[in-house]
Amino acid sequence: MLKVENINVYYGAIHALHDISFHVEQGEIVTLIGANGAGKTSILNAISALVPHKSGTITFCDKELSRVPANKLVSMGLSQVPEGRRMFSKMTVLENLEMGAFTRRNRAEMQQDLEMIFSHFPRLKERVKQLAGTLSGGEQQMLAMGRALMSHPRLLMMDEPSMGLSPILVQEIFNIIQEINKEGTTVLLVEQNAHMALSIASRAYVLETGKIIKEGNAADLLRDDDVRKAYLGN
Amino acid sequence: MLFLNQLINGLHIGSIYALIALGYTMVYGIVKLINFAHGDIIMVGAYVSLILITDAHVPFYLAVPVTMAFCALLGVLIERLAYKPLRSAPRISALITAIGVSMFLQNLAQQIFTATPRPYPTVFTVAPIVIGKLSINFLTVLTVSVSIVLMIALQAFVRLTKTGKAMRAVSEDMGAAQLMGINVNNTISITFAIGSALAAIGAILYSLNYPLISPTMGSLPGLKAFIAAVFGGIGILPGAMIGGFVMGIAESLTKGFISTQLPDAVVYGILIVMLLVKPAGLLGKRTSEKV
Repeated sequence: MLKVENINVYYGAIHALHDISFHVEQGEIVTLIGANGAGKTSILNAISALVPHKSGTITFCDKELSRVPANKLVSMGLSQVPEGRRMFSKMTVLENLEMGAFTRRNRAEMQQDLEMIFSHFPRLKERVKQLAGTLSGGEQQMLAMGRALMSHPRLLMMDEPSMGLSPILVQEIFNIIQEINKEGTTVLLVEQNAHMALSIASRAYVLETGKIIKEGNAADLLRDDDVRKAYLGN
Repeated sequence: MLFLNQLINGLHIGSIYALIALGYTMVYGIVKLINFAHGDIIMVGAYVSLILITDAHVPFYLAVPVTMAFCALLGVLIERLAYKPLRSAPRISALITAIGVSMFLQNLAQQIFTATPRPYPTVFTVAPIVIGKLSINFLTVLTVSVSIVLMIALQAFVRLTKTGKAMRAVSEDMGAAQLMGINVNNTISITFAIGSALAAIGAILYSLNYPLISPTMGSLPGLKAFIAAVFGGIGILPGAMIGGFVMGIAESLTKGFISTQLPDAVVYGILIVMLLVKPAGLLGKRTSEKV
């Protein structure tokens, strides 16, 4: 579904991503794990065309993305939950969700998706009229996910959904990611919380200073000595 | 009676400031730029409507929308040519560019129209409305009501329409808005177009009240409206409206009761006091981030 081949990204003179290649297949949960600054967010931003890549190709559903502007990707089925949620805090919960569906025209389908999102996140339904800025961190993460799901994506990219959340909330969010995946949305998950990410993913890539240093089945990586030492703390 | 008269005069000029201030605040809200060329859009609007009415004999009701369209287009063009290339540059670069655009427009107008002021035609010859001892000009009634209707319409547009919501989304977080599939460039263009079209109406209403048109005429109302926008909290639409009225009324009451020399000093003084007490402006808030 998504194929990234040998992409390189530079921030000025800094070579942030070195020949990154990976792929995500239909129906999978794939995770990119790595420490702070390893380049996880840069990869997602390169796919979303928020940062340009200097070389390499990104193919999504057999289409090359190099010339596609950021705002056209959503209607192709690619949606990103950005790091730090990035809510429209002065807009209501409902307006945030509407923004997620900005490119869609079919109101009936949108309404269906809204109901689906409310069934996953009943808290959002209770707070539809509230300003997004007044939500708690966990609720904001739910809203960020709901907003991204409102575009009815084929591939949902999530950047650090566990950031700043209590372990109970992280568990809840990850359960919902699995549910969404079972309902047919492919997920690319970027996480620092390697243990959680590996426990729900089918495959994983390990990133270190802008390079992919390991890849494999999530279950295997969970048992891998190097990964355990570096990211799982034992 | 003098007080009431001055209050009404203040509402009159204040509603014009408010209309112009909306343009400043909308543009600031979305691209964080003080568009110093906004005052000169007023001047362009005044000349365009003057030429349409006086030289081309276009009826007033047609001259208004044509002037609005012209200014809207000019606003969009300025943004595309002068500000867009600097969007990721330090903010001061865009600010200086805005001052440059302002000077360019003033000098261009001087080349085309010469520095000699031209009189603006009298469009309305309706008798003043008399209520007891109070007499109110038709122009005052028109200006205040047109402004209020436009402000309500703008507020509704920004609150309720898809484009309006996109404008708010872009003003909060351009990157996130892009991730929603919002075309950021178009949204910014629409913002400049609306702000400039409102300035065009402001220009016509201003010229009807002060019927002398010159290439530098936009500076003063532009500055006052800018102050109004800052007073109310830049980036906040209702703030610009309140700011406009406060500025207009303060100016008019100063003229009536203190001195005709002092209105500008009072207006600037009010701004200074506001900034000392509430640096973000009347309706401005310091936003905190949740983690």
